[in-house]
Amino acid sequence: MQIKTMAEYFAEGETPEVLFWVGCAGSIDQRSQKITRAFAEILTRTGTRFAVLGKEEACTGDPARRAGNEFLFQMMAYNNIAVLNNYGVKKIVTACPHCFNTLKNEYPELGGQYEVVHHTTFLQQLINDGRIKMKEGGSFKGKKITYHDSCYLGRANGIYEAPRAVLEALDAELVEMKRCGSRGLCCGAGGAQMFKEEEKGTTRINFERGREAVDTGAEVIASNCPFCMTMLSDGVKETGKEDSVKVLDIAEMIARDMQE
Amino acid sequence: MQIVSQLLFLAALAAAIYFFSRRAAGIRRSIMLGRDIDLSDQPARRWNNLLLLAFGQKKMFRNPLVAVLHFFVYAGFVIINLEILEIMIDGLAGTHRIFAPYLGSLYNVLIGCFEILAVLVAVSCAIFLVRRNILKLKRFISRDLDGWPRSDANYILITEIVLMLLFLTMNTADGVLQTRGAAHYPVTGSFWVTGAFQPLFEGMSDSTLTAIERGAWWLHILGILGFLNYLTWSKHLHIILAFPNAYFARLDSKGKMENMPAIQQEVLYAMQPEMAPTEPTGTEVPKFGAKDVADLTWKNLLDAYACTECGRCSAACPATQTGKALSPRLIMMKTRDRSEALSRGEQDKTLLRDYITEEELRACTSCNACVMECPVSINPLDIILQMRRHLVMEESSAPQEWTLMFSNIENNMAPWKSSPDERDAWIHA
Repeated sequence: MQIKTMAEYFAEGETPEVLFWVGCAGSIDQRSQKITRAFAEILTRTGTRFAVLGKEEACTGDPARRAGNEFLFQMMAYNNIAVLNNYGVKKIVTACPHCFNTLKNEYPELGGQYEVVHHTTFLQQLINDGRIKMKEGGSFKGKKITYHDSCYLGRANGIYEAPRAVLEALDAELVEMKRCGSRGLCCGAGGAQMFKEEEKGTTRINFERGREAVDTGAEVIASNCPFCMTMLSDGVKETGKEDSVKVLDIAEMIARDMQE
Repeated sequence: MQIVSQLLFLAALAAAIYFFSRRAAGIRRSIMLGRDIDLSDQPARRWNNLLLLAFGQKKMFRNPLVAVLHFFVYAGFVIINLEILEIMIDGLAGTHRIFAPYLGSLYNVLIGCFEILAVLVAVSCAIFLVRRNILKLKRFISRDLDGWPRSDANYILITEIVLMLLFLTMNTADGVLQTRGAAHYPVTGSFWVTGAFQPLFEGMSDSTLTAIERGAWWLHILGILGFLNYLTWSKHLHIILAFPNAYFARLDSKGKMENMPAIQQEVLYAMQPEMAPTEPTGTEVPKFGAKDVADLTWKNLLDAYACTECGRCSAACPATQTGKALSPRLIMMKTRDRSEALSRGEQDKTLLRDYITEEELRACTSCNACVMECPVSINPLDIILQMRRHLVMEESSAPQEWTLMFSNIENNMAPWKSSPDERDAWIHA
């Protein structure tokens, strides 16, 4: 895959349309890398002039801040904002709702003001603009799909419709879980829970959510967040249905079914 | 005789107002224990929230059936208070139904409306009692409410039913006395609801009826004055504090955490030493995060006093639903209890550990479900996150995995163990 970095654009004296903020999970976690590649592929195929920061990208500080380590958060924010402002970045798209939330809501008062969009919103715009066209009779046509609202896209930022609108383009049958939209149940990873053992309880949050998703009878659980992806995949595994129920990111689904 | 009753009324009213004001001042002091925060920005949006969330009870309508019943009780409470105005004047002036001659036939319409509302309030409260005690809804039988809070809820509902029945009894007896042309009972015409119940009282003598009417009148107004004071010690305080709480509700995206300018500055000076002031700017060591209620903002404490313990937050909380120690409702109840205790002089304890455990704080996923569900604009998450800041920054208390995550971010620029050089490896894979 040929992907240019901000530094390369800068060296050529050019500016890309948008910066793709990959995020730590999307960069490092093997499962999430597939989401990253799928989204990068979509950007490439739609002729979107985009760049990544590559090695210059660093954690936004979200998990540190939510765990209580404000010093570390502020340090990460300071450095990231310095890099972003140095390149004169105007618009950022990211496939991680946690990065999205931090960049969009928390960086502005620290001096980092950008137009930040989540990849599901970006995909919706590409579809609306006709830059993405779906195949006739794609692989999800008529299949039951359920959608899991991530907390940081949904409740935290009020984005419920864009991901669903993108899923509609797949011509699938969207079945909602009982706890959906603003009532959606968390996957259990937010607030830095991703990085520690769950506190003791009667069950795990992702088992509860995995069960709820599987019970809809859907063949695919659509997610929009690398953390939710991990949690839901484990949750589905717990129900023993991992062979018949797949957890896929919305970008992966679009990449699979879009016209060449 | 009349003057004695007027003086008694004056004494009861004065006592009720005195004790209420004293308690209100006490609550205000407790709330002001919190640190200051400026919430005077964007008044237009705040007034809008006040109208929609408090007056319009918008969040309640996430569950329409309960919302309608609750709206009856709320509207009944507010509108029937117009009748209390007349009762107050009558009590002080020694008159009876002083508004009747001025309003003519409109008076009868007004009282008729109040009576219908009174019936709706009583029926709604009865349904609420059934939901709590017979249907045993999960959020009402939760252990969060063991002891006083559960009784408190039932006392409130029973009191409201009794008050409405007294109001209706008073009107029924009054109506019969009117038809007999009894002295002091101006003729207003038959009331809409209680008119139908008059036959029950027809067989009684004038003196018995007067005793019932006067008895119900006095019990009703004394009950209301008593209830006014009771509610300040109870979860029912939400009927007052829901209004300021809606006005001062957060306007930012729910996902945004409160910034800490002191730390922002510190990091700036560390990165750009030339920006740092050359002379020390003060000897005060800032406190990071919240260990006790005084470290929280006054809005957090207002939240705690506005909480009516309905448990919608905990019913939606992923941690509570999976049996973790955390319940956002308890976070609010404990914050209020500690504010009360601190106001009473409880010096040897703190909100952290004596009231809220680390385990509770660590179970939160910051998913905002509690914030989303709260009908009175309470934010339990804000308290949890401030307390986590204290734990990590003041006590270096974090689970080992978090400590590792911090050092990974610091050294590898990612929360996992991985080399920053491999950050773009996905491109070439």
